[in-house]
Amino acid sequence: MTENVVELVKKNFPDSVLAVKEFRGQTTLHIKKEDIVEVCTFLRDDEQCKFDYIVDVLGADAYTPENRFEVIYNIYSLPFKQRLFLKTFTDESDLHVPSVTSVWQGAQWPERETYDMFGIIFDGNKDLRRMYMPEEFDYYPLRKDFPLMGVPDSLPLPRTLREK
Amino acid sequence: MNTLLQETETQKSKILLALEDKDTNVQFDDALENEMVLNMGPQHPATHGVLRILVKLDGETVAAAVPELGYLHRGYEKLAENCSYHEFIPHTDRLDYLSPLMNNTAYILAVEKLLGIEAPRRTKFIRVIISELARISSHCLWLGALAMDIGALTVFLWTFREREKLYDIFEKLTGARFTTSYTRIGGLEQDMTDDVKATIQQFIDQFPEKLDECERLLNRNKIFIDRTDGVGAISRDKAVALGMTGPNLRAVGIEHDLRRASPYLVYDELDFDIPTFNGGDSLARYYVRINEMKQCVRILQQALEKIPAGPIHAFETKKVLPRKERIYTKMEELIHDFMIINFGVEPPVGEVYHAVEASKGELGFYIQSRGEGHPWRLKIHSPSFMNLQSLAPLIQGRMISDIVAIIGSLDPVMGEADK
Repeated sequence: MTENVVELVKKNFPDSVLAVKEFRGQTTLHIKKEDIVEVCTFLRDDEQCKFDYIVDVLGADAYTPENRFEVIYNIYSLPFKQRLFLKTFTDESDLHVPSVTSVWQGAQWPERETYDMFGIIFDGNKDLRRMYMPEEFDYYPLRKDFPLMGVPDSLPLPRTLREK
Repeated sequence: MNTLLQETETQKSKILLALEDKDTNVQFDDALENEMVLNMGPQHPATHGVLRILVKLDGETVAAAVPELGYLHRGYEKLAENCSYHEFIPHTDRLDYLSPLMNNTAYILAVEKLLGIEAPRRTKFIRVIISELARISSHCLWLGALAMDIGALTVFLWTFREREKLYDIFEKLTGARFTTSYTRIGGLEQDMTDDVKATIQQFIDQFPEKLDECERLLNRNKIFIDRTDGVGAISRDKAVALGMTGPNLRAVGIEHDLRRASPYLVYDELDFDIPTFNGGDSLARYYVRINEMKQCVRILQQALEKIPAGPIHAFETKKVLPRKERIYTKMEELIHDFMIINFGVEPPVGEVYHAVEASKGELGFYIQSRGEGHPWRLKIHSPSFMNLQSLAPLIQGRMISDIVAIIGSLDPVMGEADK
């Protein structure tokens, strides 16, 4: 079933699919970031795919000079009961990735979370605020160069009178 | 002066800007028609934890709402990158703290998928049993809290009596009542004794009757039905588009349950139904969860009958922690224990995602491994987070007192939503 979907995507978007990865029975399609919205729209609307349900959008920091950040889309087809992973890459110099909120409304919060944690900017997301961290926070905590202990004084914490 | 004004404008928090639309500046003749912004939470007893909602009110009607998360954000995903796979197990207890055993199971299944190992059959059955007990425990709290939010305190006390019995079982089984940390890679912390088995049997023998008592308090209760029927309704398409999950998704009539869609453990050998309900309102969500608890009892009964004898640890010496008594007496086991504790199990390079149908919905762990003893990236996909996303459209246009009932029926747990 998943092979069928992979073939369909490859046939319709021959230039967009960079690689197909298989591991432990799950398929990940590497997609060029410019084409992610078109591919997602196709996967949602095509009669043989019907990936109508967004499970998650997550980021990852590969910490490599090129293609440092990965954005992974975990999508699910409720009619066919199958799962597919899409992956795009972006560089530190250009953190913009097109938003898929126009395809799946539910990508809104996961994209906000990814923005909050990695600083990846989703173009087209109408409400791209921080999800967990305060708005004033200047760092992106899940990046590999962010220390585990945090950055001192980066968060405005309440102080007692004596400390002042 | 002008620049100063501009500055304050830019300093205005984005949340307020999101709430303010053009209508706020319109002058009303009637002072009572003005809209006001109310801050609900994070320290509010009805928001089930530290959820904060900013609501713009027109009288008592919600004109717009913005939920704010992050008050319980502990950075577990960052911590996981610095923990070995075993060290992260206790942290999973603190995600959905109403069903820690379920989280333990979900996490360990993802790790086992990454390692490519499988637990023995007896362990699989025990994991099914603990998952279903955790589901009952979580749904019991949801039922009590929902009824209490609406004003029926009795149900809360009755369901907590049941949860108390469950905690006694957990204590016997795992040694801890709350933070269980029961699963291990390829096995469990300790075996389930016959005594525990008998206690579980005792529990499920009496539980349907107790649940029935609670139902009799609510099913024909006019106040309860008026407060839930048609309240917080969502259409089928919208629920799917917003990524709602678990019982909330089944309450709009979609028969999606990962125990059936992609069976894990031994769920394919067990006979149970997936309760669905049409309507997508708070009452539908109530019926789905009530019926789910009845199915849990069915699953538990079958699992207790079918559970085989045998080992509980997989025979994978380099992945599974050896038994204590053997560490002290055998050289091989001592070495393996030392290596697993100090360097961690070393999985192959790769990325896996494994999800289970937790009490709140799809709970998944996405693990990126670079072949080291700790994950390169671990993403927790929490169902409460996705369910809360639909909160704003659900409460829009409702009364302020409905907010409480709708949150109660969605059943979010902030420990999980905030990670």
